[in-house]
Amino acid sequence: MSHISSRERARTQRRLRHLGLHTIVIAIGALIVVPIGYGVLGGFKSNQQLSTNPFGLPSPWVVSNYTDVLASPDFWRQVGNSTFIAIATALIVVATAALAGFVFARFAFRGRELLFTLFTMGLMFPFAVAILPLFVLLRAMGLLDNPLGVILPQAAFALPVTIVILRGFFRTIPGEVEEAATLDGCSAFGFFWRILLPMARPAIATVSVLAVVNSWNNFFLPLVVFNSPEWWTIPVGVQQFSGQYSTDTAKVLAYVIVAMLPALGFYAVAERQLISGLTAGATKG
Amino acid sequence: MKPETLAADKRPAQPGPRRARPSSDGGGAAGRRRNRRRTLMTITLFLLPALVLFVLLVLAPILLAAYASVFKWNGFGGLPTNFIGLDNFTRMFEDPVFLGDLWRGLILIVLSLVVQLPLALGLALLLNQPMRGRAFYRLLFFAPYVLSEVITAVLFTMFFSPERGLANEMLSMIGLEELSSTWLSDPSSVMYSVFIVMTWKYFGFHMILYLAGRQGIPNELIEAAQLDGATGWKVFRHVTLPLLGPTIRISAFLSIIGAIQLFDLVWVLTEGGPIHSSETMAITMFTFGFGRYQVGYASAISVVMFLISLVFALGYQRFVLRRDTEGAITGMRDQR
Repeated sequence: MSHISSRERARTQRRLRHLGLHTIVIAIGALIVVPIGYGVLGGFKSNQQLSTNPFGLPSPWVVSNYTDVLASPDFWRQVGNSTFIAIATALIVVATAALAGFVFARFAFRGRELLFTLFTMGLMFPFAVAILPLFVLLRAMGLLDNPLGVILPQAAFALPVTIVILRGFFRTIPGEVEEAATLDGCSAFGFFWRILLPMARPAIATVSVLAVVNSWNNFFLPLVVFNSPEWWTIPVGVQQFSGQYSTDTAKVLAYVIVAMLPALGFYAVAERQLISGLTAGATKG
Repeated sequence: MKPETLAADKRPAQPGPRRARPSSDGGGAAGRRRNRRRTLMTITLFLLPALVLFVLLVLAPILLAAYASVFKWNGFGGLPTNFIGLDNFTRMFEDPVFLGDLWRGLILIVLSLVVQLPLALGLALLLNQPMRGRAFYRLLFFAPYVLSEVITAVLFTMFFSPERGLANEMLSMIGLEELSSTWLSDPSSVMYSVFIVMTWKYFGFHMILYLAGRQGIPNELIEAAQLDGATGWKVFRHVTLPLLGPTIRISAFLSIIGAIQLFDLVWVLTEGGPIHSSETMAITMFTFGFGRYQVGYASAISVVMFLISLVFALGYQRFVLRRDTEGAITGMRDQR
């Protein structure tokens, strides 16, 4: 008798614990969701509704804020610019970092550790430290209002973490694979290109996703490099739009919500690579 | 750069170990030397693109900042010429705005370490337990990290707005009306508002780090402690927490470095205002460098930011991370 009741007590206790757990997690989840939900619904309201009816659903639903954004050529140009710059940055950083990581992982030569340390030091250079002299340098090179003025520095600053992650992965591929390839007449580049890179596909995907997300969200550099709206990326565009329409809250909310969709969509698809890249970058860096 | 690396492919294939160090197997002295030269060529060609990019766009700007910091310079017309020694630095340490930057940075660091990281740790441990919807919550808590700082900041500018925002309405709904404020336009509350936004955006990242760290701890250790009669808190205090040490130290490091260079979020939220009350070092540097064309002085601020980061990183590595086998910030000598 007492045996059964004690087991039942344990079960209710566990249930209570789970209930508590869920309550905490749901409460925190609500804190994450509320500002975004406010933005989504706010975009469907008029400014007057925003101040008189803060919590309720929009009535009537105003769709013009959203349709205006979706019909705006400025917005789509920014999406295009952000996409182009992110992909170009990822291509350049992955190509150069893979070559360097290959050398750091599989060759022994004097000064290797020194050079590698030089690159890893880059992990702790805050981007903000270099932005002003970088601007002066880019102006001297004539790269202002030129996408290369954003792509190349972004790639350079992404090098350290990319090299560290790729080198770590290249080291896990056994030396026998390389010896076999060499015996079969593979050159160093041939081994790198035809064997190492295909084997490193998961690591390549990880660092590419990391580079794309960082480029997509970068604000400081495009802000100072791009004067003309022609090259503005999404973050710069959102900031300028919110300044231009600072009195039209509902319009700005709609713009912000639509602008966050590509990033959230990308996150939904590439969550695994992004998280493994961030944890690897933090612990191996 | 590309053609050079491709050129490496066109050379005839050459079997044998590719080591720059003299190898002991046969082939004759001349062949060995040729082999060695070829290897050096490969190393150089493979490293060159990354090295050029890094030296030109990461190292050179920092050196240029160091050079410009001892001049009075508006940033135009070749290199600066008006040498003023350390005047920019003495000016900086007499400038109440810059000293305020240091103080505000310290506040943000302390708040992050005391509020944000424990919150992230607690949630990571909660989400490590078997519960329904765990994967969904993890996805949700991490989502703000993926949004750009600008989007987050613009959204919260609206959210905090006293007329059309939701923050005050929510407070009065749960009966905390006296906590209502103007959030971003009140010098006494603006830093806390900034910190709320920072926590919203970044705690998920630290939570993910802790989750990864916690999953690296074998459950047997925790079960063994429970078998020995340790209660929940004791298991946490004496088993989980020490074993998470390396992760906690890395997460604290990233959080501090992030606070030192904070720009985007604050710039879009407040531009450092009202009356400098939320200004950070990076914002002071930006306003002087890009707003008032005092590039020499702004460079000096960059240099101080760099030195603070460097001294902190080296000191942290020397005194805090020393105990961890994994996770050195510079170089991984143990893996040589």
